[in-house]
Amino acid sequence: MNDRPEVGRASLDEILSRYPSEEPYLIQVLQDVQHAFNYLPKVAIQAVSSALSVPLAKVFSVATFYKSFSLKPQGRCLVHVCMGTACHIRGAGQLMEEMDRHLDLDPDGTTEDVAYTVKTVNCVGACALAPVVIVDGKYHGKAQPTKVPKVLGLDKGGRHAN
Amino acid sequence: MRIESRERFETFQVRAGKQAARIKTRIVVCCGPGCLASGSQDVADAFARELKSRGLLEKRQKIECKRTGCHGLCEAGPLVALEPAGILYTRVKPRNVKDIIEKTVLGGKVVERLLFKDPVNGKRIEKYGEISFYRNQTRVSMRNVGRVDPFDLDDAVANGAYSGLVKALFDNTPEEVVDAVDHSGLRGRGGAGFATGRKWRSCRGAKGDRKFVICNGDEGDPGAFKDRAIMEGDPHSILEGMIIGAYAIGAHEGYVYVRNEYPLAVVSLEAAMADARKAGLLGDNILGSGFDFDIRISRGGGAFVCGESSALMRSIEGKVGEPRAKYIHGTDRGLHDLPTVLNNVETWSHVGAILQKGADWFAAMGTDKSKGAKAFSLVGKVRNTGLIELPMGTTLRRIIYEIGGGIQGDRPFKAVQTGGPSGGVIPESLLDLPVDYEKLEENGSMMGSGGMIVMDDRTCMVDVARYFIDFLIEESCGKCVPCREGLKQMHNLLDGLTLGKGRQGDIERIERLARGMKLGSLCDLGRSATNPVLSTLRHFRDEYEAHIDHGACPAGICRELTAFEILEDVCDGCHLCVKACPVDAIEGKAKKMHVIDDVKCTACGECFNVCPIDAIRHFPKNNPAGTSPREEVA
Repeated sequence: MNDRPEVGRASLDEILSRYPSEEPYLIQVLQDVQHAFNYLPKVAIQAVSSALSVPLAKVFSVATFYKSFSLKPQGRCLVHVCMGTACHIRGAGQLMEEMDRHLDLDPDGTTEDVAYTVKTVNCVGACALAPVVIVDGKYHGKAQPTKVPKVLGLDKGGRHAN
Repeated sequence: MRIESRERFETFQVRAGKQAARIKTRIVVCCGPGCLASGSQDVADAFARELKSRGLLEKRQKIECKRTGCHGLCEAGPLVALEPAGILYTRVKPRNVKDIIEKTVLGGKVVERLLFKDPVNGKRIEKYGEISFYRNQTRVSMRNVGRVDPFDLDDAVANGAYSGLVKALFDNTPEEVVDAVDHSGLRGRGGAGFATGRKWRSCRGAKGDRKFVICNGDEGDPGAFKDRAIMEGDPHSILEGMIIGAYAIGAHEGYVYVRNEYPLAVVSLEAAMADARKAGLLGDNILGSGFDFDIRISRGGGAFVCGESSALMRSIEGKVGEPRAKYIHGTDRGLHDLPTVLNNVETWSHVGAILQKGADWFAAMGTDKSKGAKAFSLVGKVRNTGLIELPMGTTLRRIIYEIGGGIQGDRPFKAVQTGGPSGGVIPESLLDLPVDYEKLEENGSMMGSGGMIVMDDRTCMVDVARYFIDFLIEESCGKCVPCREGLKQMHNLLDGLTLGKGRQGDIERIERLARGMKLGSLCDLGRSATNPVLSTLRHFRDEYEAHIDHGACPAGICRELTAFEILEDVCDGCHLCVKACPVDAIEGKAKKMHVIDDVKCTACGECFNVCPIDAIRHFPKNNPAGTSPREEVA
């Protein structure tokens, strides 16, 4: 069971060529753009709008409605703190607090140097190992507040290496 | 190879079966959601490397190592099972691999220390069939999850996949298939429990040449992951069900809508679809029957409301996922305003088994109105967390104490939450409740997508209610006022309670607001949004009253109301709390009594949770002499 193959920084044109130029593919296209660029750049939204013949306002409304899209660049290291019920009753709130305390996040959950973005996610389906933190796709089950610096890679010389 | 007739399929089935029977030892590594998170990928890699370097993967050795979906007992992962002996190893690390190969695979002995330890009596159990967690289960929708390699069609077919489809296509008319599903009593496994056969029949009767079937894989209920496990572990059972459904209603196009948070499910479904197409099980002229049907995957965008059927269809159309009023039925005007059948992942995966084994077999399981078995994710403060499937009507007590092994740390059981943000809590007094659609609903909860979150005395019910309301505030689409604004007001009221700012009359205000939201909201998200509040209020009213009347949180969870102290005569200075404190608020030398610094303390309760000898107590901040707010209330 391999993870989804990396799209990498595929060019916008290449992403658009993967799907028919029709409205039903809007979400799929935006998802690939988000995956490739780490956010939805303004130029990309405009290009998608004209390529699929969907009004810009509509693309914008879809981009802001769904949680997986982001209009601002995300941190190089993406952290998801699961807020599912099982995680909540096993102390996910504390983990989030610790993340904020160690990283000093802005309201969007990103650090000033764009090294980290911490987001909450409503259940990733690994409830048996609650509470769960996902750092760049790697799951950390039964996470404890005191282990937060280690999970973030802060224990070895401060900021994340990348 | 394309299979072009029933006979060819049966030959293929026999050959796959023979091939599987050749294997003498099968090492089955769980790569389900839980075990993956515990590092089972590394374990599987280590097995592959070690077996290869010893030349044990050669054909004549008759040894096989395969990666499957969820085995169920996630708590003890990564899990490795040895078949056909039925030995289960738990918490396997890559460094244990050599031992397992030498002692068990080659030597025929068990590695004692890797066996499952019974949480009740501490005994090691060799075979998984003897562990109470497994012994009490009946697997229907998850019949092949954890048994087959999801990336191997031969393996799936050897274990019965697509036999139901063959029966449906060649022995039954579409009408007869609908009758069989109707007769089985199968009801929707995604939440509301609508009769599947009835849904199919009305779509079959709907006007129009172009129809759709959709699989709802947008498992948004927090605390539930059975759909994820089925999509990742046995995608063929879903495809089989959908093909049968499409044949029954006369559809030629299908969609699987998968949550954005489940990337692995997409990978395994895509692979299964490609295999099925190649084998002639999907696409034009399926198995030479003349029936055409194909499926596309649609990835969700991370919106809970898209689990609602009409919102999900809008999302597949590339639009914002806003629900529409329910007087328009999806079976008449669904996707692209055309007749559509939408069912949950678990519902679809039932269909093949029902066709294969017969409607009577299925209807014989379960209770009067809730037939068959149901998958649950058993999580929270229970010992054996994991994924289970049981006949409908099993009591909560059996689920939590026999299968779940009781509450972690022997703490008192308080409640179990089912049905996600549309459900409610079931208290201790109702532990003997047989779980089915009716019984849960009668008691203020619902089936939902099968999440069972067990809570102990360290759970505050006001906090739980607020948690679900906050969850829904984020997830409400904002289209209708009662849901959008009602949720905010509800949050304000509950938040006030947890902050000690509750006022007399708040409970009545909450109830009035809830009535309005239930009456006025457009879709089920808003209509059922107040269930978690009303059900906690119904069963734990005293806890709400303690927050309002005494400014106290009986569970010691609401931080503004709670303080902690270490008991002088009990503390043995073990230092565990010092290590657990995230803000270094506890001082004290080893073997000497520890002290909490009230100024630094954030009342997070970590120290209380780790103390092995109950030397820490929590008390209401405004009343240090108060021993237990619960007693005061009484």
